[in-house]
Amino acid sequence: MSNGARARKAFMAGAAGFAIFGLAACSSGGTTTDDGSTGTDTGSGEEVTLEFAQWWEPELPEGMLRGLMDQFEEENPGITVELLSGPYASTKEQVVAGAASGTMSDVVGLDGAWVSDFVQQGAISDLSALMTEAGYDESQLASQVQLNGSTYMIPVVNFAYMLFSNQDLLDAAGVDVPTTRSEFEAAAKAVTTDDVSGWILPLSLEAPNGIQNDVMSWVWASGGSMLADGQPDVTNDEVKSAVEFIAQLDADGVIAPGAATLKEQDKVEEFTNGRVAMMVSSLAHINTIRESNPDLNFTLSALPAEDGYTGERGTPYASWGIGVAENSEHKAEAFKLIEFLMSEAANGELANAANAFPGNSTAVPEFVENDPMFQTAFDVWQAGYPANEFVGLPVAEQLMRDFSEQFQSMLAGEIDVDTALANAQAAWEEEF
Amino acid sequence: MTTTLTPPEARAGKGAEPPAASTRRRDLLRRLGPFGFLSPTLVLLIILMVTPIVMVIGYSLMDRVITAPESNFVGFENYGEVLTDPVFMVAVRNTVFFAGASVIAHFVIGMGFALMLNSPMLGHRTKAIFRTVYILPWLFTIAIVAVLWRMLLSPNGIVNYLTETFGLSSGTVEWLSDPSLALPAVTFINIWSGYPFFMVSLLAGLQGISKDLYEAALIDRAGPVKQFFHVTIPQLKPIIISMALLDFIWTTQQFALIWMTTGGGPINRTEMLSTYTYKLAFATYDFSVASAAAVIVLVLSMILAYLYVRHQKARD
Repeated sequence: MSNGARARKAFMAGAAGFAIFGLAACSSGGTTTDDGSTGTDTGSGEEVTLEFAQWWEPELPEGMLRGLMDQFEEENPGITVELLSGPYASTKEQVVAGAASGTMSDVVGLDGAWVSDFVQQGAISDLSALMTEAGYDESQLASQVQLNGSTYMIPVVNFAYMLFSNQDLLDAAGVDVPTTRSEFEAAAKAVTTDDVSGWILPLSLEAPNGIQNDVMSWVWASGGSMLADGQPDVTNDEVKSAVEFIAQLDADGVIAPGAATLKEQDKVEEFTNGRVAMMVSSLAHINTIRESNPDLNFTLSALPAEDGYTGERGTPYASWGIGVAENSEHKAEAFKLIEFLMSEAANGELANAANAFPGNSTAVPEFVENDPMFQTAFDVWQAGYPANEFVGLPVAEQLMRDFSEQFQSMLAGEIDVDTALANAQAAWEEEF
Repeated sequence: MTTTLTPPEARAGKGAEPPAASTRRRDLLRRLGPFGFLSPTLVLLIILMVTPIVMVIGYSLMDRVITAPESNFVGFENYGEVLTDPVFMVAVRNTVFFAGASVIAHFVIGMGFALMLNSPMLGHRTKAIFRTVYILPWLFTIAIVAVLWRMLLSPNGIVNYLTETFGLSSGTVEWLSDPSLALPAVTFINIWSGYPFFMVSLLAGLQGISKDLYEAALIDRAGPVKQFFHVTIPQLKPIIISMALLDFIWTTQQFALIWMTTGGGPINRTEMLSTYTYKLAFATYDFSVASAAAVIVLVLSMILAYLYVRHQKARD
């Protein structure tokens, strides 16, 4: 071997050593204990630091979630909670990356649409087992997200989706808040002018949850379903009827233009500035609307159902869910945090701050008692049943996107309703 | 007479190093020196570039990576899946149109403005004002560009107001939501945000062209058009080719603008290779197929990068 070759070999060995050192340094994560070691059990009385990744803190009043964590730490000496907070989208990417690398935070904020994928990945723990171990009384939980008979996510607070109506626009057009589809169509036609649209439908493919909140919600409001025995069934009469109804609204020219690229925030903005008379939206937006346009006179009601439907109405909802990472070495402590957040007092406080309905069935947030609009919403919520069939489905976001593409093709006049639904069904079956 | 012979090693142990060993060590240190200086960069390159690329190539040959505890080697199956997916071909066509139209328009607009800013007919103050105005789009981050143009092109936005006011359209135009207009609309936004890069580079090139060449052309009775095609363009050719190649590479990788304006829609009319790959990874969690798509994009980019490097070498 020449000197040059030896030198190159020595250099490469050195570089590889540095690289391995660098990678090793980057690979630590997850639970830490106060002595800096990872994953030490607390049975010995050591301090435990739980990581709690979520997108809730930025959406709550400043210091609110931290305050609850301080309360938890006081009640549970030896456990410290480190909040890892970020916007929804980046939290999702962080949780997905954590699930992939096995460095997920001990406790994670979950969206129902992620659960199936994380369960398949083996990234989140079976909460049923943790509840049994802890002797937890499940009856106080309003709902649980289960797969194969086991709970993997507990909805901490729920944001119901209802019909928001601009009362001034409806009054000016001489129509009442609609309760059936035909009333809705008539009201939307009556209020539509050059400057105002009757309804708004966000179908952006970037965040395709418009399919869940603004399209399928019509199916659930009439007691319908997009699934049969847990499998896709979007060609059934209930879904077809809802899709045909929306296609008719489009043909009537009452849907705000630009639907294909509108996002949820566009929908709220258009309603807030009075350019749209009705929208289906989350109660979480009530305060945003009031802050942006205090003069807007709007009301809340249940989503209109099919004419003649008298059964219970499904109310679409989205949740701030919670789960425990499978890679956590402090699952018992992690569940203590969940138990605390689901307790009547803490859950009520959190729901109150978030303007959401509590995940604890006995908690009643103050805003419901103090605000007639929320009281109405709470009554609608309790009169119906929570409905969101995308929760727990595999690749839920992609299912919405697949449906949205077909729906957009149908609205663009490229295909008819039957073809759109058949194509969506085929795409969904492939994903399942 | 008895003579004791001492081996060279023993002699070396007693006194000074033999000249050969010392030379070898010095030679080794001299050879290692440059590597020492390079090592921080090389370590970073290995960690930040080589390792991820090798990992992605590895993932593309495996099945259900990341999402499953165990994955199997599947050869080029994922590549087959990507290449036979009709949406991938749509994404390729859209990307070629988007990048090609952007580069051509960047060149034409950049050249026009650069010629204007280099013109002796404008005073220094006027040039400074125009230079500032023309370069503005380049100063906005892509998120700002996307939000700005979403508002401008909104059905209730100022663009529709102007087109209606001046009788250019009879009703509301859904610039980003109409399947036939969305791709030209996002391409236009990209053109708007990217032309200053060409303009600045060409302006620097124009300022470097010797005036003697124009004077010689004038003596040969060449008018402004002939001067442009026979003096300006040949002199700027190396810059134009470099800029065009770089711009094409960057534009094919454009993700944020598309994602934030249309999300690849309506339907799949603005689906690009970047959004296609992102959806595979973060919407369907199919990291194996997404890796295969990423490697295909890498290969296409490498071809362009090779052309760029070859051009640079030829220039040197």
